[in-house]
Amino acid sequence: MLNLALHVGATKTPEAVLFWFLAPLAVIAALGMLMAKKAVHSALLLAWVMITLAIFYIAQDALFLGIVQIVVYTGAVMMLFLFILMLVGVDSSDSLVENIKGQRPASIAAAIGMGGLMVTLIGRASLGRSAVGLVAANTNGNVQGLAEQLFTKYVWAFEVISALLITAALGAMVLAHSQKVRSRTGQRDLSIARFRGDSLASAAGLPSSGVFARHNAVDVPALLPDGSAAPTSISSVLKARGDMIESAIFELQPKEEEEN
Amino acid sequence: MTTSSNLVYLIALPLVSSALLILLGRKADKWGHLLATLVSATAFGIGVMEFLAMHTRTGAARAATQHLFSWISVGSFNVDASLLLDQLSICFVLLITGVGTLIHIYSIAYMSHDRDRRRFFAYLNLFIAAMLLLVLGDSYLNLYVGWEGVGLASYLLIGFWNQKPTYATAAKKAFVANRVGDVGLSLAIMIAFAQFGTVTFEGVKAGVPHASGAAITAIGAMLLLAAAGKSAQFPLQSWLGDAMAGPTPVSALIHAATMVTAGVYLITRSNYIFDASSTARLLVVIVGGITLIFGALIGTAKDDIKKALAASTMSQIGYMILASGLGPVGYAIAIMHLLTHGFFKAGMFLGAGSVMHGMDDEVNMRRFGGIGKLMPITFATFGLGYLAIIGVPPFAGFYSKDKIIEIAFNAGGTKGWILGGATLLGAAITAFYMTRLVVMTFTGSKRWDEKAHPHESPILMWLPMAVLAIGSVASGFFFNSGNSLVNWLAPVLNSRGVEGGAELMKPIVVSGLALAAVVIGVGIALTKYRSNVPIEAPEDVTIFTKLARKDLLQDSFNEAVLMRPGQKLTAGLVKTDTNVIDGLVRLVGAIFIGSATALRRIQNGYVRSYALIMVLGALALIAMIWVVTL
Amino acid sequence: MDISNYLYLSALLFTIGAVGVVVRRNAIVVFMCIELMLNAANLAFVTFSRINGNLDGQVASFFTMVVAACEVVVGLAIIVTIYRSRRSASVDDASLLKR
Repeated sequence: MLNLALHVGATKTPEAVLFWFLAPLAVIAALGMLMAKKAVHSALLLAWVMITLAIFYIAQDALFLGIVQIVVYTGAVMMLFLFILMLVGVDSSDSLVENIKGQRPASIAAAIGMGGLMVTLIGRASLGRSAVGLVAANTNGNVQGLAEQLFTKYVWAFEVISALLITAALGAMVLAHSQKVRSRTGQRDLSIARFRGDSLASAAGLPSSGVFARHNAVDVPALLPDGSAAPTSISSVLKARGDMIESAIFELQPKEEEEN
Repeated sequence: MTTSSNLVYLIALPLVSSALLILLGRKADKWGHLLATLVSATAFGIGVMEFLAMHTRTGAARAATQHLFSWISVGSFNVDASLLLDQLSICFVLLITGVGTLIHIYSIAYMSHDRDRRRFFAYLNLFIAAMLLLVLGDSYLNLYVGWEGVGLASYLLIGFWNQKPTYATAAKKAFVANRVGDVGLSLAIMIAFAQFGTVTFEGVKAGVPHASGAAITAIGAMLLLAAAGKSAQFPLQSWLGDAMAGPTPVSALIHAATMVTAGVYLITRSNYIFDASSTARLLVVIVGGITLIFGALIGTAKDDIKKALAASTMSQIGYMILASGLGPVGYAIAIMHLLTHGFFKAGMFLGAGSVMHGMDDEVNMRRFGGIGKLMPITFATFGLGYLAIIGVPPFAGFYSKDKIIEIAFNAGGTKGWILGGATLLGAAITAFYMTRLVVMTFTGSKRWDEKAHPHESPILMWLPMAVLAIGSVASGFFFNSGNSLVNWLAPVLNSRGVEGGAELMKPIVVSGLALAAVVIGVGIALTKYRSNVPIEAPEDVTIFTKLARKDLLQDSFNEAVLMRPGQKLTAGLVKTDTNVIDGLVRLVGAIFIGSATALRRIQNGYVRSYALIMVLGALALIAMIWVVTL
Repeated sequence: MDISNYLYLSALLFTIGAVGVVVRRNAIVVFMCIELMLNAANLAFVTFSRINGNLDGQVASFFTMVVAACEVVVGLAIIVTIYRSRRSASVDDASLLKR
């Protein structure tokens, strides 16, 4: 018989309170992460789960791991996730319609089966003795204890894992690197392109925004000599984002001039 | 035993010449026929020299051997390519090379207008080589090589004018019918090897007394099957008539004088086997008896001169087979009839060829008539052959056929009466159809077209006919005087010195009966065909004539009993193959394709599906732990 | 309270993460779910460490974190590369294996 684990000694009341307060929140957050439509929401809910776990680590006498969890996961890794999310597009949201036939029911069935099996396994297991606790192991301090383990017993694994880390960093750089297909266009090339273009309208450069307008702001188009708005005076980025003020209200009214 | 180093040249010379003529192609067109004839004549010369040398030796030393090389050497099974020239072989050697040379000479003129004359002579030489190997081999396996070789040469020569589909079909028919017989020979060789561990004539002969009777009978029956195939005996007789598609010299040499008599050679050569099994002898006699009547009946109704002669050949070989089935007294008589028949039948075939040559290749006797006056030499030589075949004394056929009738009567009891009656009846029918042939062709009123201009053939053609005619006249007397041939062959064919059975009738009585039968046959034919021969064959004839015209239904029988069921069987096998065998194979394929197609759905390319499968695998693992830890 | 409750929590979180990997299509969310699974495993390690009274479990957990970091770095780089060429971060779009 596989001796899976554990008896399990009871904990003190404060820890129980902490657990029963935070654990349901962690599960709810995890489910939320699973169901959230927007990736950003998922990321934030995951960050919450990780912080909860960090608290549990600390509560279980794993002080160093708890700190590392917060610094590395909720700090670095989650920031990396968010950064990539921004890069790929914050708005990119999943359609929740499943397009692989039978994928969702099969997954849920498998998950219920797996969860049920694991839970019943844990429930069945017994160690036959009470939990030891880490008080003895942490007599010299948790960090010192871990360091002793890392640099003696696990030094080989430690070295290997450092090599893995370096390799991963290099790999990421290689993957992220994109080859330039053309040489970069310089000022001279741009100037030649302007004069060789179909019209000389923009030969002297595009008009600046807000010029001759009543507002001197980047999101307000310039006015042409006839009083109409110059669409090319607004940055295409702002235009694409829709952050452009309707220029009609700034245009001069030709009717008024006729009346005068 | 004497060793001789000349025997190999008998085979090698024509073989090399044949290869040369074929390989050199049109370059040899000018002199190919001369080379072939010269080679054939040289072989005849060697044969004569060997015969003279053999004549000076006595007793067991007469037989000569030549070891060529060790052919097969597998464990205890050894076959040497060795040649054996004994008293029996020398008869055949002289017949083959002698008649062969005459026919070569004849063919020079006969085929002079054919642009493929060189190829024809190459095949003729090939035939000579193969036939000599057949009679000179010292084991059944060597004989078998020659046996197949003559079959090939026969096939090539029957189908020589293969631009005519019917001729090509005739060649194929002959080949296939011969194959049936060849299977018999190969089976006989296999049984002999299984029984005796050797296939040489000598070894088999030595082993016969120790072998089981059933095995001997089986070998005898298989040898008889082989002989029936090669010699056109019942029930494999149907190919000979169609074999007349070949050029007439071929019909004379191969399908009258030599190759078709190979079956007789095989049986007489295997005399020790037939001596040891009365059942096998009885089978031989039955086959011979049936065929001699069968062939004679077909001969009575044929209007095609060559086919009538072919039927006659079949019938005459039936005589020989019957004689060789009568035991030690019969073998030598069979050989005697074989030799005399070789002369007169070859002569008559050449005569028929001469007539055809003068009549623009017309073969229908109803369109001949009165040719005798225009072709006197042909008529004379043919007439001598005719007198020989019907058995008029003192021509050759009289001596040999009378002997056969005599020993048939002497076979004893009911068997003797039946066989004697059959041979006597055969003699009468022979006289009838041969008279009919001669009368329709050479006498009476002319019935040919205005376009035909019958004329005497050139000397190259009539000279061989004349030589053969001399043979037809004199050979019988020569062989019979003082039993010379019987005594000559006795060491080989009758080593135990068996005497014939009690005489049922005095020989003179038998001769009288035979002559009476001949006279009756000739008389009927004369009254029927001397005049008023219609140009078209009359339709209002008796059922018997119709049957005889259809070769006594031999082809219909073969077609209905062998070909159609064979075709049906083949079609059925093909169906079985496509449906059952291929069906099984396809089923296996379909199972794999089906299961693969079903499994392929898993491979939908979506990484999430693969992840799900991984999760399911993990689930299975956990479930296993769950169960194990219960 | 029983210490095994941490293990139950770990199992639950792991299962939720597994479902997420299989169900979600946004590659980044799939990665997050993988992180959740790794964290659930870490919780179990820490709990076992406590139960057994030695620090080996915590060391294993530490290594797991490092490996997770590596995996995130490389994985996100791959996502960026794919996004650059396909303008999509959906794992279903990269189903060229079939076609």
